[in-house]
Amino acid sequence: MGAFRYTSRSFVRELAMILAAMLFSLPFYFLIAISLKSDRQLTREPLKPPLADPNWGNYADAWSNGGTTGGMGRAFFNTVIITVGSVVCLVLVSSMTAYVIARRTSKLSNGLYVLFVIGFIMPATLGLVPVYVVMRSAGLLATYHGIIILHTAGILPFAVFLYVGFIRALPTEYEEAAQVDGAGMLRTFFRVVIPLLRPITTTVAMLSGLIVWNDFFIALIFMSGSSIGTLPVALNSFVNENYTQWNLVFAGATIAILPVLGVFVVAQRQFVRGLAGGIRG
Amino acid sequence: MSRRITVPGGWWRRRREDGPAGGARKPPWTLAFVGVVLLIGMHFAAPLSGGVYAFTDWDGFNSANFVGWDNFREIMDSQVQRNALLHTLVLAACYLVLVNVVGLVLALALNRTLKSRNVLRTLFFAPAVLSPLAVSYVWQYMFTYDGAINRMLGGIALDSLRHEWLGDPSTAIWCVLVVMVWQHSGQAMIIYLAGLQGVADELEEAAVIDGARTWMRLRRVTLPLLAPAFTIVSTLMLISGLRVFDQVYALTGGGPVYSTETLATQVYQQTFVEGRFGFGASIAMVMTVLISILGIVNMMYQRRRERRL
Repeated sequence: MGAFRYTSRSFVRELAMILAAMLFSLPFYFLIAISLKSDRQLTREPLKPPLADPNWGNYADAWSNGGTTGGMGRAFFNTVIITVGSVVCLVLVSSMTAYVIARRTSKLSNGLYVLFVIGFIMPATLGLVPVYVVMRSAGLLATYHGIIILHTAGILPFAVFLYVGFIRALPTEYEEAAQVDGAGMLRTFFRVVIPLLRPITTTVAMLSGLIVWNDFFIALIFMSGSSIGTLPVALNSFVNENYTQWNLVFAGATIAILPVLGVFVVAQRQFVRGLAGGIRG
Repeated sequence: MSRRITVPGGWWRRRREDGPAGGARKPPWTLAFVGVVLLIGMHFAAPLSGGVYAFTDWDGFNSANFVGWDNFREIMDSQVQRNALLHTLVLAACYLVLVNVVGLVLALALNRTLKSRNVLRTLFFAPAVLSPLAVSYVWQYMFTYDGAINRMLGGIALDSLRHEWLGDPSTAIWCVLVVMVWQHSGQAMIIYLAGLQGVADELEEAAVIDGARTWMRLRRVTLPLLAPAFTIVSTLMLISGLRVFDQVYALTGGGPVYSTETLATQVYQQTFVEGRFGFGASIAMVMTVLISILGIVNMMYQRRRERRL
């Protein structure tokens, strides 16, 4: 990297970028600072950090009372169930489907692949009303399995698209060897293929987990008013109830954000690869 | 791997087909069953029947009547719907341009050299992975009259600029745009950074240090090599811009006086708040057609541009 001298201009640029990043991060500062303020601190000196006596009680308050039903704590629990459930279902269904599409080379499987790509490109908004009606008559509104099925089906084309691209580049030798050794189809798939898919599975799980965890639109329509609302839904009703109690609302928002931020900081590389490269397949 | 190996049979065994996987047995279709059912149901059957609802006056409970093009006529006649369409187009267009510009500038600035580049990249990228709803609430607080932005303006003696940002119909929509760009520029940045890894080191380094010639090299060398990244960013952001919902819902709820309504907020409002399932479906149809047309135009343009380079 000898070509990259660190000149005085670089230093100026570095300072400028650090300043820009600080301005850019101001919302994070307010989020954390205000979530730790008492009501009095919030009205008296809203911009200063509450370093002297941080008010951790806001978090306990939001955890047990925020949102409509059962507080942010309950919503947190709901979100974990729905996210994990959706990701597991999605990975299973999409990898199996993609395996068939990638390994069969008939016109039918190619046609199916095209259908998945179309499903990926076309927005699903138009299907919202019919899906709502079907789920209502099937009693699936405001249920864990209902929303899990919905998310699985919604993200499926994208996941299949990623898996097919990956599997097509995978040599078939391992599968053949397993079959020569007498392994059945399912055994081959679960013992040989699934482990080989690990890199792309990480990408799929991360991107879909992110989508499901942060989803508000679907959750608002299919779960609002119920006790199984996710964090964004609970946060929304929290704001409606405590409009000017920004300290409590921000404690709730931090609860919704922190797990994702934690995973992001730890596994940044995968996120970057997923969001930058994964899209290209 | 020889094709002569005789493999033990099974119920799934089929005759061999030619192709890259010719040596292995084909996986059975049953494995794809669930995936195909979900695909057809969610991405084909549902939108198609949604398209039928769009021509009815269904309220979600009672029997529906076909009303022909009435719903679409209402969209064209109603000021609120026309504006929702206009806001969606304006937001998506500005968002597309700004996210590309900011993302590209960040990527070029943080590509090499700087000692703090990794930390800075993380900071700029972080908003993109967070709940749009949660961060929009933070911004809502910042935009309030008593909020951070006005107080900071007061702090640097620019009191005259204090403003009811979200309460004024002429500024509210731009606040929504700011939040959208703030949240997703980092995502554009990392896609451009991934693209820059393909660009030879000396070129960007030179591009960054020396003035006028830099611009030429940037234009002639770096930017053409970033064409694929540009395609990805544009396609992604165009679609997400046309579908914007969370930020609007959290920041303004479509107000004040409908000045920030978009197609997505109107789909939600008409269908699930007003209970006009038929009318809501017709707005969803407008949105789908719009995204499809603009998506196709964008793809054709990008392909032609990439070929020209």
